Amino acid sequence: MFQKMSEKLHIPNKFPLFVTIGALFALIGFVSMILLPFGINFFNYDIDFVGGTMMNVEMHEQLDKAALDEIAGVVEEVTGEKVSSIQKSGDGATQVIIKTKTLDTQTRDAVFQALAAKYELSDGSAEGSVSDLLAVDNVDPVMSNDLRNAAVTAAVVAIFLMLVYITIRFDFRSGLAAVLALLHDVCVMLSAYVILQIPINMTFIAAILTILGYSINATIVVFDRIRENRKLLRKQSFDDVVNVSIWQSMTRSINTTLTTLFTIVMILILGVPSLQNFALPLVVGIVAGLYSSVFLSGSFWAKMYRKKKKA
Amino acid sequence: MGKRVGIFTASILVLALLVSITVFGFQVGNLRIPSAAEGIKQGLDLKGGSSITFEAQIGDDYSGDLSDDMAIVQTVLQRRLDSLNYSEATVQLVGDRRVMVEIPAVSDPEEAVQMLGKTALLEFADADGNVVISGADIESAKAEYGQLEQNGISQHYIALKLSTDAVSKFTEATKAAANRAGENKNFIAIQLDGEVQSTPFVGEEYKTTGINTAEVTITVGSGEDGTSPAQYAKDLAAIINSGRLPFNLKDIELRTVGATLGEEALSKSLTAGLIGLILVLLFMAIIYRVPGIVADIALIFYGALMVILMAIMGVNLSLPGMAGIILSIGMAVDANVIIFERIKEELRLGKTIRAGVDAGFKRAFTAILDSNITTMIAAIVLYFLGTGTIRGFAITLGLGVLVSMFTVLVVSRFLLKQLVGMNIKSLKAFGI
Repeated sequence: MFQKMSEKLHIPNKFPLFVTIGALFALIGFVSMILLPFGINFFNYDIDFVGGTMMNVEMHEQLDKAALDEIAGVVEEVTGEKVSSIQKSGDGATQVIIKTKTLDTQTRDAVFQALAAKYELSDGSAEGSVSDLLAVDNVDPVMSNDLRNAAVTAAVVAIFLMLVYITIRFDFRSGLAAVLALLHDVCVMLSAYVILQIPINMTFIAAILTILGYSINATIVVFDRIRENRKLLRKQSFDDVVNVSIWQSMTRSINTTLTTLFTIVMILILGVPSLQNFALPLVVGIVAGLYSSVFLSGSFWAKMYRKKKKA
Repeated sequence: MGKRVGIFTASILVLALLVSITVFGFQVGNLRIPSAAEGIKQGLDLKGGSSITFEAQIGDDYSGDLSDDMAIVQTVLQRRLDSLNYSEATVQLVGDRRVMVEIPAVSDPEEAVQMLGKTALLEFADADGNVVISGADIESAKAEYGQLEQNGISQHYIALKLSTDAVSKFTEATKAAANRAGENKNFIAIQLDGEVQSTPFVGEEYKTTGINTAEVTITVGSGEDGTSPAQYAKDLAAIINSGRLPFNLKDIELRTVGATLGEEALSKSLTAGLIGLILVLLFMAIIYRVPGIVADIALIFYGALMVILMAIMGVNLSLPGMAGIILSIGMAVDANVIIFERIKEELRLGKTIRAGVDAGFKRAFTAILDSNITTMIAAIVLYFLGTGTIRGFAITLGLGVLVSMFTVLVVSRFLLKQLVGMNIKSLKAFGI
């Protein structure tokens, strides 16, 4: 299907163009990541990552800006501290999600009691009633530090082991090319997290690590084809081999992306907010993974291959 | 041809059987497969409930055995949960100084946090309730087994060591108790948080001296509820030890999801997964025709096998775990896509269908193997370095990779070979 296209569009030859496009999408995420150690943070850290208390309360009436401010006022009166964020939620916008600094158990209790008294909410103590306190999360900064460290360790170890495996099955340069493509995908996801201000929490780690696995998957299918064609097409240049291989695996790349997107997009459309915050970056990462496995990883390998030859 | 059709029909029947097992479970003799609803536990985020993590606040001068002390913490928390009537609650140690309590369907999570996290108050009191000594006066308590006197029988007992300051108070109290055998008040009550845990008697031989040493032995029999003497001694030692824990417990994490929110999450993700699955099935059948239908059968097979395995393993399914499954559906299809694309290519080169299918599988194998192993590496790393829900995600992802490899390389392959044997000549049937 793509035979003609492979002659029209020689992907490794257009490397500068594709790398520029990729870099554009990855830029914001990359810069935001680099700035983190300097204390500049563009990410929307959820309480999982910095510690804090989150309360999700059913208010039984549609909430507007004034109502939210009033609720925030009630909370601040009890805690003596500004709320970190307050937003409406739920299908009819009748729920409120309040985030504050880490509160102790007595204060959390007092906050809900104050809201319950003012807005006549149920605390679920009466027989057969359901509490209007839909969810409470409280994370101590000790816990969030540990979580962050565990996440970084897991990602670094996973990438290293993948690099080792690819080096064994292919060669070191291809491993490096795959990791570069991976870095691109992760940075594009980070860009999405920054631009859309998706909260960075536990699911962030799961999303990033899923994309690590998924993107490497896509890259390896292309590399497998290159490995095979290298033996068959000995007379052609490595760039041409890469180009042919990419186009040969194009249908697979697109079809697999589509089938994976079907389920994830359904979650994005139908799911609850916590799942949607997981599904959205996944969609971005999967599309980025398609782009990098088609337009970047093979060319990375080809460029490095040529460098080795020149030297 | 007839034989092939027979095998094909038999495969469908096997598939139907697998699907029905996921719904109804299965039992033949000792072999029992629980149904999905029964075997797969729902995480707290799906059925509602609280998860509370406590951390031991350990001072610089702490010199005890941390793992022993944490085991004591676990016992104490379990007892408190029982007394609060949270019978389905679980307590597990996380890392070296944390303990996680999970309580399904808790009505007042903050009350649970406060009741569980408070410092254990251990007191030894006389029959009238006057406190004799408290937790701080006890240096150690160990469950032991052996002879207490020469030529005596071996028995279970608790070796208690009191601080030197406490000995005189204890001597007096035990002397008094030993003299009250007549009113059935010749015991010392061991109380935890104000509740009497055990009432060991003071022997008549102490009527004049009292128990006047720092080393005290408490012999035990079976517990009232039928626990063995060995277990009862261990439990009681743990209770006594809890009163002298050299650290406080701080609640460092609380996650509570109301039942309504959990139900909504579960039903919405099930709907999303189902619609996504139907879209995938349609897509495959439309794009790849006959092989696509084979892939669809393999995919349903994959789904049923996943559910059965998770039910057998008793996997605790939470939201990220659910996402892992939904994602692995996509990955299960991927292997089929890789194979069918290769088959199409081989057929376009003019190969017969039989040769094309064989070559397609052979050529696609390395790509499938390498890509799945790298994903597996990610899942394994996540499992060992992750915690809680991340671990649940790793389990479903890793299991998904293994099961999808199996369904593609065994089920898809077997069914395609049967199809080839049916002598389908039309290339159109292969989507070309």
